[in-house]
Amino acid sequence: MGKPKIGMYWCASCGGCEEAVVDLAEDLLMVTDKVDIVFWPVAMDFKLSDVEAMEDGEMLAVFINGAIELSEQEEIAKLLRRKAQLVIAFGSCAHMGGLPGLANMQSKEKIFDYYFHSGPIVDDTGVQPDPEITKNEHGFALPEFYSSVRALDQVINVDYYVPGCAPTPNIVLDAITTLLSGNLPPSGAIMASDRALCYECPLNETKPDEGMKIKELRRSHEVEHIDSEICLLTQGMVCLGPVTRGGCGSLCIKGNMPCTGCFGPMDGVKDFGATALSYIASIIDSENPEEIEKIIDKGIPDPIGTFYMYSLPKSMLFKKLQEKKEVVEIKTE
Amino acid sequence: MGRKIEIDPITRLEGHGKIEIFLDDTGTVEKAYLSLPELRGFEVFSLNKPAELMPQITSRICGVCPMAHHMAATLALDDLYSIQPTATADKLREMVYNMFMFEDHTLHFYILGGPDFIVGPKAPKAERNILGVIGKVGIETGKKVIEIRREVRELMTAIAGKVIHPVWGLPGGVAKGLTAEEQKKYIATAEKCVEFAKFTLQTFKDIVLGNKEYVDIITSEMYTHHTYYMGMVDEKNKTNFYRGKIRVIDPEGKEFLKFSGKDYQEHLAEHVEPWTYVKFLYLKNVGWNGFKDGKDNGVYAVAPLARLNVSEGFSTPEAQASYEEYFDILGGKPVHHTLATHWARVIEILYAAERFLQLAKDPGIISPDIRNMPVEKPDEGFGVVEAPRGTLFHHYKTDENGLLTQANLLVATQNNAARVAMSIEKAAKGLIKNGMADDGILNMVEMALRAYDPCHACGTHTLPGQMPISIKVRNNQGELLDEIKNFCYEKK
Repeated sequence: MGKPKIGMYWCASCGGCEEAVVDLAEDLLMVTDKVDIVFWPVAMDFKLSDVEAMEDGEMLAVFINGAIELSEQEEIAKLLRRKAQLVIAFGSCAHMGGLPGLANMQSKEKIFDYYFHSGPIVDDTGVQPDPEITKNEHGFALPEFYSSVRALDQVINVDYYVPGCAPTPNIVLDAITTLLSGNLPPSGAIMASDRALCYECPLNETKPDEGMKIKELRRSHEVEHIDSEICLLTQGMVCLGPVTRGGCGSLCIKGNMPCTGCFGPMDGVKDFGATALSYIASIIDSENPEEIEKIIDKGIPDPIGTFYMYSLPKSMLFKKLQEKKEVVEIKTE
Repeated sequence: MGRKIEIDPITRLEGHGKIEIFLDDTGTVEKAYLSLPELRGFEVFSLNKPAELMPQITSRICGVCPMAHHMAATLALDDLYSIQPTATADKLREMVYNMFMFEDHTLHFYILGGPDFIVGPKAPKAERNILGVIGKVGIETGKKVIEIRREVRELMTAIAGKVIHPVWGLPGGVAKGLTAEEQKKYIATAEKCVEFAKFTLQTFKDIVLGNKEYVDIITSEMYTHHTYYMGMVDEKNKTNFYRGKIRVIDPEGKEFLKFSGKDYQEHLAEHVEPWTYVKFLYLKNVGWNGFKDGKDNGVYAVAPLARLNVSEGFSTPEAQASYEEYFDILGGKPVHHTLATHWARVIEILYAAERFLQLAKDPGIISPDIRNMPVEKPDEGFGVVEAPRGTLFHHYKTDENGLLTQANLLVATQNNAARVAMSIEKAAKGLIKNGMADDGILNMVEMALRAYDPCHACGTHTLPGQMPISIKVRNNQGELLDEIKNFCYEKK
């Protein structure tokens, strides 16, 4: 029997997930000893028709990173779903829609207007990218730009998730090793720690024994001396470690900056942002609604960006937005 | 009968970029398009975001060059809050930035662009990749490439939080500094980087410059364009990736402009075409006259070739010597040969390594004084760096609470977009005669494109140094007459 076949593919992504695989460095050579990578556009020559020619389920696993923004991406995701026994959503964009999912708060018209007409140095002649004109006057196809960004499991069935923006090398190697071991986790598992980041955070022990109580939330540029020895939340920085899945190695915190939640929620949590928001609300040390509002307005001027930085397309909030077709402000009380 | 040749970088067809070449009735190339079908809207969804998050938000534009966006955004925050970073923070930023330039350029040289020359433009396709490079330079070198890249990126992670999407830059400074103990590791690695860069330059010289055939290709008309050039220089007009003024020279090599990043709106404009989502930057005061060479057209180039053309040299000794040798051999300034970009890139690897070492050794770099606190009300800020692929501008406006009311980003590939399209067209014109396209066109066109290290969806990189491309020759009925491809997938 030959080596198991593995594929990797990118949808709407920044390339960071690909770099994360290259960052396996020497370990990547170990991985390629054990598997045949039969499909990896960034690194290997291939043709999509070769994937089409594969038997259904011929690949053991395919890792897909990036969000779904174009119909082509959706079609390829569906093709890969058929050809692989296991589909792994790789990185925050595939997992939860990712940071570019914040574009779901804006309309396509607004984006087009800024980019091609009203931006500061655009030579606006009324021209903008146009698939019709491209086809009729220039003779080739320009894909339509879609205004809504989706996570992978909003398009196809996903077996496992490798979280992170980008996934850290330890997580990537563990995921591959687990898949090859044949000892598979339950379907739908997120292949990282199943506990909150706080449990692995080097500053966890500096949390106050009497429980977290915050009188002031501070934005990172307002903290004069970020104490690298004390829990950042205790210092008033909005750290989402208590509600974010661990496994990343606490890299941001070791860099003296708070967790922004790229590993997403722990098991059983449906809406990351709502959970994060309620956690922060629960530690504010005040009973006075006006004072609470003041503390939150000052420290979290952009609640959607703060709590849904990577997960807006998967949120209940976005579902509501789609229903209402309008941008709403979320209330923080 | 007009024909269409469609070059699909098939890996990126699915939403990232394609080349279309059109032939007239006689089979001569009439027009070439480089179309980028992606737009993610960062400038618009950044609205209302807290400015201090911009270094983290904009790094997500590109996971290959996240440090470039992170740093341009951080510099824009300094300007936004009218605050200077502390001397230590400034040195740390410049050091880490040079570490980034070193590892990114090294990746390109050994894995992406280099194989064309190290292995050879006419080598069998199966060898024109990183494995071929290892075959040519030895497995030990291959290991060294992996090792030095890992080592540099680990040190970047240690200080900047993450190497892919750093969390480091703050207005007036950085979030984390260096201890004396840590400094030793940075110095040791920097020393290795300098040795490695020298070795890389020597490899380039031995293999490429020692081969007349290669030199002829580099200097051939097919890969030559007479455009303006732009890049950042210090007060002595020497190259600096992290800080300085933007200098522009005309196609004859005379200084045309020198401006601060904050004045970009006076000098640059964006041209829009209906067939691509990328905007073409041009020099406003020259004007847009289409995809053409010459002094009367505002098309300009950025990145290593342009940076060396606009620079009066390097502040580090080894890079300076290489700079002099480069212009001696290529016949003076400016160098218009697109493929000379590879050589220029290797010289920049050497500069980045030397500058990394200089700064790592600086006694001031371990001071704990890494932050100046913003006190002014934020209003408007500009940040400019030289990304590996060219000049990168960030421009923000905020309300007095520091929430974005406008973001404008000019990314490196936009600067080069017009010249890249022209390069593809010219290479195709040189190769396609009477409508005949043979297998050779593929690598020639690829080489014209790859020299720029184009970062299309900000991440268009192919590791084997070969962009899988298919060329489809069609008649005007859309019937397929011929298909040439440079890739195959063999089932075992």
